[in-house]
Amino acid sequence: MRSRLAGWGLGGLALVAALGLPLVNSEKSVLTDAILVYLAAALALSWNIIGGFAGQVSLGHAAFFGMGSLVTRFLWLDGTPIAISLLAGAAMAGLAAFFLGYPGLRLKGIYFAIGTLALAEAIRITVGNVFPLVTRLPGEELRAYDLIARYYVFLAVVLVGVAVTVYLQHSRLGLGMMAAREDEDAARAIGTNVFFHKLTAFVLSAVIAGLAGGSFAFFHVSYYPSYTFSAVWTFDALIVVFVGGIGTLAGPILGALFFVLVRDVVAAKFVDTHLLIFGTLFVLVVLLFPGGLLEGWHRLWGWAKTRASSWRQEAGGQPAEGRPLG
Amino acid sequence: MDIVAQTIVSGILIGAVYGLAALGLSLAFGVLRVLNVAHGELIMVGGYATFFMFSLLGIDPFVSAVVVFALLMLMGLVLHWLLFAHIVRSNEASRIKNSLLIGFGLTLILHTAAVRLFSADNRTIFTAYSTLAWTVGSVRLPVVKLAGLAIAILAAVMLDLFQTRTTWGKALRATSEDWTIAALTGINVQRAYLVSFALAAGLAGLTGVLISVGFSINPSIGLQWTLKALIVVVLAGLGSVRGTLLAGILLGVAEAISSLHLGGEYREIVGLVIFLIFLSFRPQGLFGVAHA
Repeated sequence: MRSRLAGWGLGGLALVAALGLPLVNSEKSVLTDAILVYLAAALALSWNIIGGFAGQVSLGHAAFFGMGSLVTRFLWLDGTPIAISLLAGAAMAGLAAFFLGYPGLRLKGIYFAIGTLALAEAIRITVGNVFPLVTRLPGEELRAYDLIARYYVFLAVVLVGVAVTVYLQHSRLGLGMMAAREDEDAARAIGTNVFFHKLTAFVLSAVIAGLAGGSFAFFHVSYYPSYTFSAVWTFDALIVVFVGGIGTLAGPILGALFFVLVRDVVAAKFVDTHLLIFGTLFVLVVLLFPGGLLEGWHRLWGWAKTRASSWRQEAGGQPAEGRPLG
Repeated sequence: MDIVAQTIVSGILIGAVYGLAALGLSLAFGVLRVLNVAHGELIMVGGYATFFMFSLLGIDPFVSAVVVFALLMLMGLVLHWLLFAHIVRSNEASRIKNSLLIGFGLTLILHTAAVRLFSADNRTIFTAYSTLAWTVGSVRLPVVKLAGLAIAILAAVMLDLFQTRTTWGKALRATSEDWTIAALTGINVQRAYLVSFALAAGLAGLTGVLISVGFSINPSIGLQWTLKALIVVVLAGLGSVRGTLLAGILLGVAEAISSLHLGGEYREIVGLVIFLIFLSFRPQGLFGVAHA
């Protein structure tokens, strides 16, 4: 109970800090860094729904990020208000997820993973052929470019991701997804509609990825359509989720913070080397710490607590052999 | 007519490389039940090894092929000890999932390392005989690509002989059929795993040799080749060396013919679409073992 209260308190503090940041410091580099953290967090939170809650390793996430961004970009440059363009992009991504997930989610485990990867690549190549040109913001948009507006759009997307995650953690819908993840047959035996829960997770995940993609299209001055469909976005989402802690709320957020922080620090000296570090970290996490940084932290915390109590006992004159195990 | 013949020949020549790329992936998947998505990155490493042996030391790529094969086998041994051996111990479902994730991490590491070390430029080996070609009728047969076809066939024959005629090779096949029964009959299953992973890496290296000399390499080719190999493995099923090579050639020809009709920019999609159609018809057991 105490830890849950502490969690809400920390979350509230983080929210206030995030909302107030542009008022305190509206320097371009600071806001851009924050935006990159939000982008990574939104991608990670969205992948976490299908990959973490429903347990389906989708390697086609970039397709939904790209679809959201493509639709948003074109509608917005056509004069549609950005809010509507963003929603249309998200709806498009969700719709695509529904129609692709309907046949696709019959695939299990590894077949789902490589199937989604192949599908996303096919879509990326097609988009690159159909929309080969870079679009740039027109002059008047460029003069009116407001980074703070972008900042709040990204923050809003992250909050949507957080809200959906919290809802899934506390609802039958989320429990159904987790049941499907743990054991499909057992879930079916207790009356869970496994396919429905997987499909819902896939669509929700795609909608948030679409929102993130739309924000990306709103944020970037020059925009190359097929880049937003690149497998890089899937990979970023996976890394952040696994390094942070899969299937949790704090994991994707902490992972995103850590990811961008390391990328900034390392990229200042060696371009692109951050992926070397994260690739290694990712492998180590999968092999040694399946729960990611979050689990590492809990273990460290637990270890520190038992050490502290055992020190206290030793100070109290208890013989070392008498120390309770564990 | 000439252009059709030329297209089919080019399709066969690149298809042989697809087949070779798939042989390693199929072997590792069949025996270890792990899917190494970094297979394409191993191909890339093999390509760079060949390229630098040629440009720095002046070693002919077809000579260094032997060295590259051995080098990549060594790399496969190390990767198996460090990573995949740990995964193989877990149960079937999490084994495949974890291997996918480890392979993915490995992909990132190798790709980034290659960009840092070798730059993102495209590289091709130009030898004195690179432009040499035989002309049969009106069809041009580039010598380096013909040599590639010969090497792919040779590798497939050797692998087939190894698996059917030698004790170690038979141990691999037994392990891929059922590792528990293989272990009960006294087969060293761990060694079978190690051998097949190392062989798979060596075959990836050999594929890299052919790509660096007949086509071009850069640090980002990995994903593309992993997908190609996967498509071929799916088409061929597991367990048949000859079938895998043939399926590779089939894919090459299908791609070449469709790019003649649809235009070259949709070439890559053909295989992916075939792959997705296959997946949707056989959602749970693509990699069925072909019993002789």
